[in-house]
Amino acid sequence: MNHVFLNSGCIAAAVISVSLLTAIPVEAQAPDPIDGYTVPRTADGQPDFEGFWTNATRTPLQRPEGVTNEFYTAEEVAATEAREAALETAPTVPGTVADVHYDYSQFGLTYSQSTLATSLRTSLIFDPPDGRIPPMTAAGQRIVAQREAEALLKGGRFASAETNELDDRCIAMGGSGPPMMDAGYNSNYQIVQNRDFIMILTEMIHDVRIIPLDGREQADDKIRQWMGTSRAHWEGDTLVVETANFNGKKPFPFQPDAEVRPTYYGSTENMRVTERFSRVDDETIVYQFTIDDKTMWTRSWSAELPMKKTIGPLFEHACHEGNYGLTNTLVGARLEEQEAAEATAAQKTN
Amino acid sequence: MRVRFGRWATMPAVIAVAMILGVSSATAQSTDYRAPQTAAGFPDLNGIWQTINSAHWSIEPHAAGPGIVRELGASVAVPAGHGVVDGGTIPYRPEALLQRDENFANRLELDPEIKCYLPGVPRATYMPFPFQIIQSEQHIMIVHEYAGAVRTIYMENHTPAPAPTWMGWSHGSWDGETLVIDTQGFNGQTWFDRAGNFHSEALHVIERITPRSEDTMMYEVTIEDPEVFTRPWTMSMPLYRRVEANAEILEFECVEFVEDLIYGHLRKQLDNGTQ
Repeated sequence: MNHVFLNSGCIAAAVISVSLLTAIPVEAQAPDPIDGYTVPRTADGQPDFEGFWTNATRTPLQRPEGVTNEFYTAEEVAATEAREAALETAPTVPGTVADVHYDYSQFGLTYSQSTLATSLRTSLIFDPPDGRIPPMTAAGQRIVAQREAEALLKGGRFASAETNELDDRCIAMGGSGPPMMDAGYNSNYQIVQNRDFIMILTEMIHDVRIIPLDGREQADDKIRQWMGTSRAHWEGDTLVVETANFNGKKPFPFQPDAEVRPTYYGSTENMRVTERFSRVDDETIVYQFTIDDKTMWTRSWSAELPMKKTIGPLFEHACHEGNYGLTNTLVGARLEEQEAAEATAAQKTN
Repeated sequence: MRVRFGRWATMPAVIAVAMILGVSSATAQSTDYRAPQTAAGFPDLNGIWQTINSAHWSIEPHAAGPGIVRELGASVAVPAGHGVVDGGTIPYRPEALLQRDENFANRLELDPEIKCYLPGVPRATYMPFPFQIIQSEQHIMIVHEYAGAVRTIYMENHTPAPAPTWMGWSHGSWDGETLVIDTQGFNGQTWFDRAGNFHSEALHVIERITPRSEDTMMYEVTIEDPEVFTRPWTMSMPLYRRVEANAEILEFECVEFVEDLIYGHLRKQLDNGTQ
């Protein structure tokens, strides 16, 4: 595997050091191209993002507890990736859950066989400088508690399709965002652009973003969508995408870390996302995003992850059409309840 | 007689037959129109497009008819239409025609649209939703609002379909002003319309998209499927540009609209009365 480590880390480190001096939120800035790299252009003269890309990464969104460095060494990252890849090739024990359900040594070989979007960062978040999501506001804490209570009232995750996780329902996954994050597997994207639009196809659930570049106004805020509504413009060779009008039903972070898995945790419908795409070499788009949701968090926060050129094509991910998992999950839950009820009844009889 | 029709050879003949029969004035094109070119020098098909016809209900000629949900009355009744099939009748094999009628009779259970499944090709084109063409030299994307159905048309690096799919595997090429899309690799689970018209995994679709004025294009389709039809057949219709300044493909994420239909019988009955 050819690990090409980004130099964007050094650039972002420089940006962070500026923020420490000034103690204001770090404005995401376009990374400098490597060694005077000339950004390729489309026939229309725009920076060319066309192609197949991946943001598969093992870097967590938030800096793990106990880690204080902003960056790992290249050797440390290589060792981590080798360890992760080995897990995928290790045989599972027959009869275990891991063996019969999503055996990643058989079906998910992202980290052992695909291109990786390797970053030396210890967290994707670079602002705040501690690499952690900022504290929630009081209103945000109330909203999360309310979501949690509503989820319980509706009977918990396995009560129905509607109470299940969005990815298990094939409604939304982590890849398309925005912001666009490692989807867990198949973190692959195709970008096609014309003069007035940039199209980003996410392999997972074939989610498509068609982002206008024609200077139109943001859509009416009565239009609320899973992926929001996006508007883009060029700042030099950087594509800047502003997204609002989220429906608030897919809180971000969208389970990027085990610690924030439940969907009642995260952003509100007031979230605004600013994304910056900068092509820094033939193999790399540096992707930065800033989350601004004053309802949920006490300040805005920003992260960066690379998108690496990968081999196409993308395959059709007809998630809903083949969603046997959701049916089987619900059938299993009802059977378990029935068995429990029968056991209780039998106890009473005795 | 089962004949594997050649990929290209049959199409002009079929269109010629349709012309001789004097059907479908819709196929008549103005041949002198030249579309604006993209910066890369290809006919510019970029835009948001939509059909205006009743092929969504049936691609064959049909009178108006009742809907299938009694409570919804006239709001779901079927609008009449001259149809888009050249010659008016799909040349089904006899047993396949019986299957089509069976499909129609049981469409509430069988029509993949009702479960928000990907609509397939060419059905996606003439559903009552817009679609957007985003064109580069290497790839032409066709993105449908309905269910976020998306097609990548590979303009180079043509390879066989890697696996059967709902939306097929499409190769594109230019024939003068016309974009020719050759699509195979279907899974056989999609329909052509709400009338139960169907195909098998052997479906082979050849679409020809030709600009005919600033805001219209002709859309001509040749259907080959020797498992289901006695010969190739064609349909044709205009595509209209959505000219609104704010035209935009919005989300029609219909999965959440059908969850109760598909999974409702597996719902936990809750003590607190909520479901």
